[in-house]
Amino acid sequence: MIELPFLIIFPAIAAVLLLFIANETLRNAVVKIAALLIGAGTIYAFFTYFQSGLQLFSVPFEPASQIMFVLELFIALYILYVGIQCRRYLAVLLIIIQSALLIYVESVFVMGIHPEFNLFIDQFSLIMAMIIGIIGTLICVYALRYMQTYHAHHPEIKDRRRLFFFMFFVFLSGMFGLVFSNNLLWVFFFWEITTLCSFILIGYSQTKEATNNAFLALEMNLLGGVAFAGALLYLLYVDPSGQFLGIEQLLTSGYAIALVPAVLIGFAGITKAALMPFSSWLVGAMVAPTPVSALLHSSTMVKAGVYVIVRFAPVYTGTMEGLIIGLVGGFTFLLASAIAISQSNAKKVLAYSTIANLGLIVACAGVGTYKLVWAAILLIIFHAIAKSLLFLCVGTVEHRIGSKDIEDMSGLIVRMPKIAVMMFIGIAGMFLAPFGMLISKWAAIEAFIEAQFGLIFVAILAFGGSITVMFWSKWMGKIISVIPSGEKVEDTVKKEKWFVLYLLTALTVIVCLIFPLISSTLIEPFVMSVYGQTARLSQDNIVIMAMMIFLLMLMPFSLLLYRDGVKHVPAYMGGRPTTTDMRFQGSMGITRETALSNYYFEDYFGEKRLLMAGTALCFGLILLAGVLLTGVIL
Amino acid sequence: MISLTNAILFLLLAPIIGGLVSGIDRKLTARMQGRVGPPILQPFYDVGKLLEKENLVVTTSQNFYILSYIVFIVVSGALFFAGGDLLLVIFAFTLAHIFLVLGAYASNSPYSFVGAERELIQIIAYEPMIILSAVGMFMVTKSFFVNEIAASELPLILYLPGVFIGFLMVFTIKLRKSPFDLSTSHHAHQELVKGVTTEFTGPNLAKIEIAHWYENVFLLGFVYLFFAFNPAIAIVAIIVAYLLEILIDNTFSRVKWQLTLKSAWIVAGMMGLVNLGVLYYLAGVLI
Repeated sequence: MIELPFLIIFPAIAAVLLLFIANETLRNAVVKIAALLIGAGTIYAFFTYFQSGLQLFSVPFEPASQIMFVLELFIALYILYVGIQCRRYLAVLLIIIQSALLIYVESVFVMGIHPEFNLFIDQFSLIMAMIIGIIGTLICVYALRYMQTYHAHHPEIKDRRRLFFFMFFVFLSGMFGLVFSNNLLWVFFFWEITTLCSFILIGYSQTKEATNNAFLALEMNLLGGVAFAGALLYLLYVDPSGQFLGIEQLLTSGYAIALVPAVLIGFAGITKAALMPFSSWLVGAMVAPTPVSALLHSSTMVKAGVYVIVRFAPVYTGTMEGLIIGLVGGFTFLLASAIAISQSNAKKVLAYSTIANLGLIVACAGVGTYKLVWAAILLIIFHAIAKSLLFLCVGTVEHRIGSKDIEDMSGLIVRMPKIAVMMFIGIAGMFLAPFGMLISKWAAIEAFIEAQFGLIFVAILAFGGSITVMFWSKWMGKIISVIPSGEKVEDTVKKEKWFVLYLLTALTVIVCLIFPLISSTLIEPFVMSVYGQTARLSQDNIVIMAMMIFLLMLMPFSLLLYRDGVKHVPAYMGGRPTTTDMRFQGSMGITRETALSNYYFEDYFGEKRLLMAGTALCFGLILLAGVLLTGVIL
Repeated sequence: MISLTNAILFLLLAPIIGGLVSGIDRKLTARMQGRVGPPILQPFYDVGKLLEKENLVVTTSQNFYILSYIVFIVVSGALFFAGGDLLLVIFAFTLAHIFLVLGAYASNSPYSFVGAERELIQIIAYEPMIILSAVGMFMVTKSFFVNEIAASELPLILYLPGVFIGFLMVFTIKLRKSPFDLSTSHHAHQELVKGVTTEFTGPNLAKIEIAHWYENVFLLGFVYLFFAFNPAIAIVAIIVAYLLEILIDNTFSRVKWQLTLKSAWIVAGMMGLVNLGVLYYLAGVLI
């Protein structure tokens, strides 16, 4: 069992080390070595545990819980301090409520209670750990060069890279802790760690906007934290001996006990996964340097939110509360996808697409049949890989062309051919057959048909799915437009970045090819152990999709056929005299530049209007769940 | 489960049937407009001539996208006739169309750019209804596999009348018929030139035309599924449906994209979803 404490503690040690290293070369070395060790540790853990199913561990180190409690109080004091300093009294209020609940829990109940097993591992934890340990560390390596360029481009921002990398590794440590903890008190501690890390990382640049958005994220996540603390209190109230504090024990205890904490923690998950009405913090978080966004969106933070919801999916199955959580997810998927159509800022499109996909995962987990949980886990995996790749591509492009607006990425295939191809693959991975996300959406449609009230979700997927096609394709179209004059600017990209980008691109494709294997070794056994039955795609379909992927990989070679015998002519310009760089003779003899711009349909898919609708709808649903829950408690 | 023979038959026969249908279409359209019209085999002559022409492009990658377009249209159509999973067929079709759109974007030409954007609008207008049609067929026959749906004894059309009406609506969009021929059309339009196909000529345009034939045969096959319980009725239904489309094409003028999107979604919602909702409710009651 040494792997689990290693994965939790080692990143923390690396983090502390990085806090004291000011020398850049040394920092680069430490980050790379630490990333390598963490990645290796994850893979080692995979090979040790992938066959063994659920394993529970008691931790021989007695004061671990006490140390966590003390650390939690320090975090609370820190938040209290910055909250008062920046006059964000909502954050202050929330942290006071949360800490009061926690101190009450600790002082009245927990003294003397030691749940037998604090750590556990099963296939789902293992999948999450792989995502954190591989994608998370790759992002850390990428961040080295990115932050170097970032500070060169923004001399006005104070160089706090020691803090930055400290937080990055603490984040990884917290995420490992979260997915390996069986004791809910421990889960809560790691939950708070991720909240704190995201707060500091979002506010990294210390501009007014960054600070505001960091506090927005903090407040929303603290709200979830209060609900989480409430769940702990409820559990100890039901059984003061604390036996239900273990996730595994709680899941097997039946609806009567598990429903209330599951819904409260589900609410916490909704805030962390940035579903509507809490989506604004994730959109605001894009002020942070791009690797932070990549980390938040792919392997940490929001994945913590969906992790707990998928964990508790069996409790939601067939309940009204579960259906409501599912609906919050479903509407978030539909509306966030629609909003993405109206956005031209690449990071914002990515943010809304993340929110949408998290919504879909929560919709699957909230309804919670075995087939849907299977689809949800598949979504988590594919989304993590493709989304991290896209963020890192956008980050690289941003530093070269000085903009993250999709309109400025016109002709990227000429200016940064390699990055453009990777971005193309990443986008394809998000919505096209036979790539990952589409496989999961497909599985979700089939699973929803058979679920209770599933038709609503099928409709949401049918409409939402086609909306997704729109905003991704027009982005793809922009980057592959071959502009007549473009300077190649990707030669300055450093080799660490290339390494990370190549690896993620390869992963995007490879995971699509080997997903039947991932499904049969990890997802199916997990779903089987929880539900007693499991889903899988039919063999025929898997074969056909593998053939499609190979066909897709072969197609680019067709370009070789067209090397000779192709005559190039300028584009049709309505018969106007046009120069080679697409300047044409307009009316009154004025020469005009050709500018092509995508449709954004502000009137139909405008952010403000849809966000308002989504907030109202989802807020209402959550309120309804709250009322139902109060009924259950009373 | 998958029938290779059917796939190969589709591969060989679909262009012939599609070309003939296109020829008859042109003849009937001409008669409706009081013209004599071209010979029935004219579409084949046209494509033959296009294939002989020089390969003119704005950028080389256009060739790649159009080749991918026709390959994936053929793959998805073959998968349909081989009896594969209907949802996979639909997704493969979307993939193929994205290639066409990308081909138009690649040329960086104003007219094909606008055409590409409009083609995307058409895709999001019709896709929900097509998925709902597949879902409706699943709800009746309990299978997504085309061979099992086709072998079903149940008269699908009686269970799915609303879905069928919704499907006819998107059928118009897919056949590139007026009033929904937004992105490119069989007739010339002032502001669009040839829309999404503006920058394609010669062999590439021929490929697009052949892909369109394949696609039309697939769509007619989709209509067949609604009537699969009785092949004779199905053939009649296909003919009537197609004649109806020709009539609509010649009686309506082109609408704006806003109306296309709205009407397609409203019909999908009102006809498709309500139909499915009733089925869903009945299934719940009857069990």
